[in-house]
Amino acid sequence: MRHRPLSFTEAIGLPVIGALSLLLAWQWLVPALGIPGYIVPTPLAILRTLGIEWRFLLSNAIPTWGEAGLGFLLGNSLAVILAVAFVYNPRFQAAYFPVVLLFNTIPVLALAPIIILIFGLGMLPKVIIAALICFFPTLVNTARGLNLATASELDLMHVLSASGWETFWRLRAPRSAPLLFASLRISATTCVIGAIVGEWIGSNQGLGAVIIQSTFNYQAERLFAAVVLASFSGIVFYAAVAQIERIFRRLHQGQG
Amino acid sequence: MRADLPEAAAIETRDLAVGYAGAVETTRILSGVDLSVGKGEFLTILGPSGCGKSTLLRAVADLLPPLDGQLSVLGRTASEARRRREVAFVFQDATLLPWRTVRENVALPLQVGKKSVPRSVDPRPDHWIELVGLSHLADRYPHQLSGGQRQRVAIARALQCEPDILLMDEPFGALDEITRERLNDELLDVWRRTGTTILFVTHSVIEAIYLGGRVLVLAANPGRVQALIDLTPLKDERGLCRRESLDVQETAAHLRQLLQQGSSTA
Repeated sequence: MRHRPLSFTEAIGLPVIGALSLLLAWQWLVPALGIPGYIVPTPLAILRTLGIEWRFLLSNAIPTWGEAGLGFLLGNSLAVILAVAFVYNPRFQAAYFPVVLLFNTIPVLALAPIIILIFGLGMLPKVIIAALICFFPTLVNTARGLNLATASELDLMHVLSASGWETFWRLRAPRSAPLLFASLRISATTCVIGAIVGEWIGSNQGLGAVIIQSTFNYQAERLFAAVVLASFSGIVFYAAVAQIERIFRRLHQGQG
Repeated sequence: MRADLPEAAAIETRDLAVGYAGAVETTRILSGVDLSVGKGEFLTILGPSGCGKSTLLRAVADLLPPLDGQLSVLGRTASEARRRREVAFVFQDATLLPWRTVRENVALPLQVGKKSVPRSVDPRPDHWIELVGLSHLADRYPHQLSGGQRQRVAIARALQCEPDILLMDEPFGALDEITRERLNDELLDVWRRTGTTILFVTHSVIEAIYLGGRVLVLAANPGRVQALIDLTPLKDERGLCRRESLDVQETAAHLRQLLQQGSSTA
């Protein structure tokens, strides 16, 4: 079946209507079904909590953002460096890439207690967990992207006597950029997950800690408010990476 | 087979063998090549599949080291000539970088290889784009161009190197006949204006006759030189011939016969 394309108003309005209708249904259904507020609060109650407890929530969000942000930088930087090492050392790649893939199959949730055990209860283990969650997808994607240069493109660079450095910046890097940014966008949201998982297991601050504590204390409104804030953080991280990608593309197109 | 030409040769080979030197075994694709290509000559290369047409070009471009014999490019080794930017290559697929505009693609030779190129060239991508008739498309991206336009860009990029030798590996092989014939004329025009030596690999017998001053016919299994035929008797004073003329057709028939012989030997 073919549909006519959406108009601009529809493209903006329909998602808003969709979200609002679900929120309205939630707001109405929770009391209608007799679900107590300490199990599932209504959206308005969550909003009210966000308004009242914003200081407390923000003071817990800041460490989570820090851990997620540092993990994002650490994990992705190491992934890109290792991907470059793989591309320029086929033997190194043959030896270690399978191990990397094997590590990638371990769920971070299972790995988190081990990392807490090794690194203790500070900020570091959370950063490491957030970094780990970013690391593997970016490594795999970047290694693949750097290898996308075709044989005749590499021949062209050779005939032009391009140095290894020039071939990397003029050919391999632009080839891999779309894949790198795709995995950066994914890890913008997953790094927040990594930080929160780390805080679940061993922390008394951060959104993860708030989530665990308010669950045990039946503070459902605070729990939901923390979840909303966590989701919002992921969206902001994602938007920031998307914006950086846009700027990068414009710069790159400008100078060629 | 060796044809005697003026001593100012662009390319000289003696008993040249090219192929792939593997760890286990060496694959000889082409061997016993004695060839001398004069400066400013337009040599077309014909041969059945697998005879080593492309391999010969790759050896001259220093993409493949000679296994045996001698290869001199402008009196130097292929590697030296490449580092001095004396040789440019046009690939069958235009090999344009998709994230660069036409102008940026043509300017690529100015941005890479800076360390190893002692010779200076004029940075004038717009001039070369104009020469191939694409000035109005200079800010387009490769995906916005037709196949023929992309090959023109690839030629402009090669010309930006201001090469003494232009190697072309079936550059028009994927184009329709009308576009191909138009590009043939444009290429002859560029050749006359720049005085570049051109080695042009093709599958088309007519194209080989139309473009070349001489045609080198290779045979397969094993790859070797089968014939080297002078085409100047077919050409008028401007170096042109009519594809439909009787003597062109006769030469084409003769070349097709040679190709058939060259592909059947085992």
